[in-house]
Amino acid sequence: MTLAELPPLEQWMLLVAAFVLFTSFVLLAQARLVSAIHAFAWQGALIATLTLIVAQAEQSSHLWFSALLTLALKALLIPWMLHRLVRRLQIARDSEALRWPTLAIMAAVALVIFSYWLVLPMVAQELTFTRNIVAISLAVVLIGLLMMVVRQQAVAQVLGFMSIENGLFLAAVSTTGGMPLFVELGVAFDVLVAMVLFGVFFFQIRESIDSLDVDRLNRLTETQPEGQTETRTGETP
Amino acid sequence: MTPPAPLTFAGLAIALALLSALISLASARRPALLRILGMPLLAAAGGVALLGGGAALLGDGAATAELPLGLPWLPWHLRLDALAGLFLVVIGGVTTAVGVYGIGYVRGLEHGRDPLPVLGGFTGLFLAGMLLVVLADDAFVFVIAWETMSLASYFLVAFQHEQPANRRAAFLYLLMAHLSGLAILLGFGVLAAFAGSFEFAALRAAALEGPWASLAFALALLGFGLKAGLVPLHAWLPEAHPAAPSHISALMSAVMLKVAVYGFIRFVFDLLGPPQWQWGVVVLALGSVSALMGILYALMQTDLKRLLAYSSIENLGVIFLALGLALLFLATDHTLPAALALVAALYHTLNHALFKGLLFLGAGAILHGTHERDLEQMGGLLRRMPWTGWFFLVGCLSIAAMPPFNGFVSEWLTFQVALQAWQLESGVLRSLIAIVAAVLALTAALVAACFVKAFGVAFLGQARSRHVRRARPAPLSMRVGQGLLALGCLALGVLPSGVIALLAPIPTELLGQGVAQATALGWLWLTPVSPTTASYSAPLVLLVLAVLVVLVFWSRQWGAVGRLRRCDPWDCGFAPPSARMQYGATAFAQPLRRVFALLFRVEETVETLEDGRRRYRLAIADRTWGLLYQPVARAVEAAARRVTRLQSGNVRVYLGWTLATLLVLLWLIS
Amino acid sequence: MTPLTWAMAVAQALLYAAAAPLLIGWVRKVKARLQNRRGPALVQPYRDLYKLFAKEVRVAHTASPLYRLAPYLIFAAIWLAAASVPLVALGLPTTTIADMIVLVGLLGLARVFLALAGMDVGTAFGGMGASREMLVAALAEPALLMVIFTLAMTAHSTSLSGVIDYQLAADFVPRPSFVFALGGLILLSLAETGRIPVDNPTTHLELTMVHEAMVLEYSGRHLALLEWAAQVKLLLYGALIANLFLPWGIAEGLAPAALVLGLAAILVKLAVLGVALAVAETVLAKMRLFRVPAFLNLALLLGLLGLLSHVILEVGA
Repeated sequence: MTLAELPPLEQWMLLVAAFVLFTSFVLLAQARLVSAIHAFAWQGALIATLTLIVAQAEQSSHLWFSALLTLALKALLIPWMLHRLVRRLQIARDSEALRWPTLAIMAAVALVIFSYWLVLPMVAQELTFTRNIVAISLAVVLIGLLMMVVRQQAVAQVLGFMSIENGLFLAAVSTTGGMPLFVELGVAFDVLVAMVLFGVFFFQIRESIDSLDVDRLNRLTETQPEGQTETRTGETP
Repeated sequence: MTPPAPLTFAGLAIALALLSALISLASARRPALLRILGMPLLAAAGGVALLGGGAALLGDGAATAELPLGLPWLPWHLRLDALAGLFLVVIGGVTTAVGVYGIGYVRGLEHGRDPLPVLGGFTGLFLAGMLLVVLADDAFVFVIAWETMSLASYFLVAFQHEQPANRRAAFLYLLMAHLSGLAILLGFGVLAAFAGSFEFAALRAAALEGPWASLAFALALLGFGLKAGLVPLHAWLPEAHPAAPSHISALMSAVMLKVAVYGFIRFVFDLLGPPQWQWGVVVLALGSVSALMGILYALMQTDLKRLLAYSSIENLGVIFLALGLALLFLATDHTLPAALALVAALYHTLNHALFKGLLFLGAGAILHGTHERDLEQMGGLLRRMPWTGWFFLVGCLSIAAMPPFNGFVSEWLTFQVALQAWQLESGVLRSLIAIVAAVLALTAALVAACFVKAFGVAFLGQARSRHVRRARPAPLSMRVGQGLLALGCLALGVLPSGVIALLAPIPTELLGQGVAQATALGWLWLTPVSPTTASYSAPLVLLVLAVLVVLVFWSRQWGAVGRLRRCDPWDCGFAPPSARMQYGATAFAQPLRRVFALLFRVEETVETLEDGRRRYRLAIADRTWGLLYQPVARAVEAAARRVTRLQSGNVRVYLGWTLATLLVLLWLIS
Repeated sequence: MTPLTWAMAVAQALLYAAAAPLLIGWVRKVKARLQNRRGPALVQPYRDLYKLFAKEVRVAHTASPLYRLAPYLIFAAIWLAAASVPLVALGLPTTTIADMIVLVGLLGLARVFLALAGMDVGTAFGGMGASREMLVAALAEPALLMVIFTLAMTAHSTSLSGVIDYQLAADFVPRPSFVFALGGLILLSLAETGRIPVDNPTTHLELTMVHEAMVLEYSGRHLALLEWAAQVKLLLYGALIANLFLPWGIAEGLAPAALVLGLAAILVKLAVLGVALAVAETVLAKMRLFRVPAFLNLALLLGLLGLLSHVILEVGA
């Protein structure tokens, strides 16, 4: 079934899904934290839009609520919290240059092709439309994970983690018409709590290693040499 | 029984080549003999081969012959079909130009200490070997001719052996040529084991089981890929090709690499039977990596001949890319795109022979006129050597795939084939082909940058050294040699439909699918798939361009009556610009070096000399040396050291080993 | 292909040459307004060209014949490339001379000669401009090809007319691949026509020049031709964006009414694009050279995503 043969609403869903994938790429390559947070907010907004379209297509009221929740949480609240966090940590203007952004992008493109290849067997169940969006959601998940691998900044890692959650949500909404409301609320609450915890952790990490570079976390071993600890404490005041 | 006509021509060409070799042997006493007889005979051999190949392409059916040579139970089989005919044309065309050019070029060597008989003798033998490879119709002749070609070219690479770098390059070349020969031998061995005979007809009929076919394919890819200089097996090529005298470099880059392409096509498309799609993916990947890496390394070179050698890797990559597309489409039963891809590969083969031959001859003319290979010392040569300069420009535009020259046609065809990817069922392959096409586009743009650099730095601007400022123009024969190839470049670019009509028997013969629709609208239009899909009219592009240039040029009369005054270049109000202020070859490539830094091993050092001045050094090395060659070399050395333990110096111990080996062997065969 | 269609094709080509300065005048006018200036008159580019054509040509002593040939060849190549892009009407024979890939090739030919001409005099500026131009081109070309690929995979044709026909024949479908391709093409056009943020057409500052550095030595009619060629190139890219992605309104036949409608449509589209360009140039800052690869990588990424979304989302196998 080609795109032109689908009902109009599903066409628009595919368009929005493609944009979600694009925001994933932007998140991956965006060096500036604040811009990355904005990209994440856009991703949340797009997913809310998609949920809205699904709600319209399936006439299901609980998806309306779900869309609203997504918008409030992922497009507004969490980005706002992150933004505030970044400002309070005074890293708003930090930009962390990836060493080889093109390589990361190429790896992400390979991941997209790979996820498409993975979901190809679904063709047996003649659910083309579903397969398409599942491929996209899987790619969003994998790119989120890739982002956590290549970025050193802890805040960027949290963004990667959140976009993994976005990918899962996308899959749930587009294939099964959303999770039960009960589960969805639970997940939303989890994400929020995770966000708060991350915020606390950031301050803790920063106090102990004076940076949010996760590559330095390996210094937090039990068998830390004595000398190094002393210099650290010497620096703190 | 007399063999049919095209084969007679081919045999005559081989005879002439051998005669040229024989006569040149006498040039130790009379150096002029090589110039007066040796080179013209070489050109004649080329011309006759060209005629034979042309006759084979135009005629229908293959001509065969058996010679009572070789093993008692296996006479030499020769066969000249359309595919062999095309490669005869490639070899013959370039050799004719090289022969004419050589008349002037070897004159410059007459007063040196280099041994002329070696040069002339092995050139003839080299040519004979290449012609015989193309004509061979059994594996035995093929391998003999192949080894003749490799060995003869080894002596040509080692020709100027006083320089240690050349000796090293020649040794490396010999090593790689042997590895390649071994792989090819084994590949034929696998085929022959199934066929029970060495004749190509029997090999063609043999039905191989899946894994064995893949093994034969892998061996052929290794053998022919080594010879063709595919990345990562390319490291010998930029060392060996520039080491030879320039007209030999032209032969090696423009022709010998094509013989490797011939071998690959013959082996995989003709003898091996139906391909598997995985082969196509492998060839496609190797081709695109070679194309990209080849041109990136070419961009970083400052030695003109090395630059050209690296660019050969790029072009061979493009050819193999098209062949990979052909395999992929063939394996998925889309014969029309497969036939088109094969035509694109063959067209590019022909084109590359012409323009790379032309560019190497141009580099030779510069070397002849200035004794300079380093781009950083050149500049402004267009005014000192106008003929060479304009011919070189034609070569640069052709290789950079600029319409309406020939490189563009084959590149355009390759893109058109890649655009047929929508026919494939697998979305993954579709995406793969699209990405490969993007790599090809990147390559094409980098080629343009590379040859803007080569031509701009060498021929434009001001001379960067004194000997270049006093360059001597090339003698007539050298100009004619270049002119022939330049004319070929333009003709093949402007009349693509004619060329494709000539190439058409080859896909019909190998794949059973013609490309009649490509020229369906007449000689003016090229429509590879159908007129609504894509069309290109090279004659009209040339015509319109020419008319527009003339019109606009003529219209300058409307302005201030075409007044023109010479003045100094703008100096920003400071000192007048000197030649040292120009962008050199390294400076030109610096932005691209920075963008693609990951792929090079760049060593930059700034050292302070005793007198307080600073010296900047830049070395750009090939990463494959460190990643592939040095580990292998170290492993071989380590293994060799282990083996030396056997060497105790005691004769009786050696005899003991011999006895043990004998016993084991007897036990094995019992 | 009747004589009438050929005549129309020639008329369209002439229209390209005639209208190109107008577009640049419009962009400058809007830009000036955005900066609270009144700006020069719309026809100022015509006056500039006229003045340059009348001036004496000065050629450096060190220049070779190639230097004098280049402007004519560059202008001819770009004009021929432009003639193959449908502006007002479809189905003209010039579009069959060159498809999209030949178009890229012709623009490449012009670029190579411009770069060579820049290196010819042997000053530092020329070589610098040439080197940078080739860098930008090397990164822009694969992206442009991905855009072409995306269109061609959908329309099964690389002919410009073919793609536009396909768009017009089908119902409106929100194709993600086209949206990405459009985004990529817009970024590319900025790079290829030497606009902010890749190059600044009005600067003569050493650190930032690309195009201007190559033509620095040119004067008189040579300079006029080069400027004109650059203007035609801008119009060409404008027409590509407008007609490939928003072809509605273009004349499908040669009836006078359709032609008038086509002319009006392209005028409106180009005017809007001109405003967009002026706004973008006012808002954005010129990037430094080594940020340009990132910019063009974004274009390449958009092209790739266009292609992938075509494969994944639009073709259900």
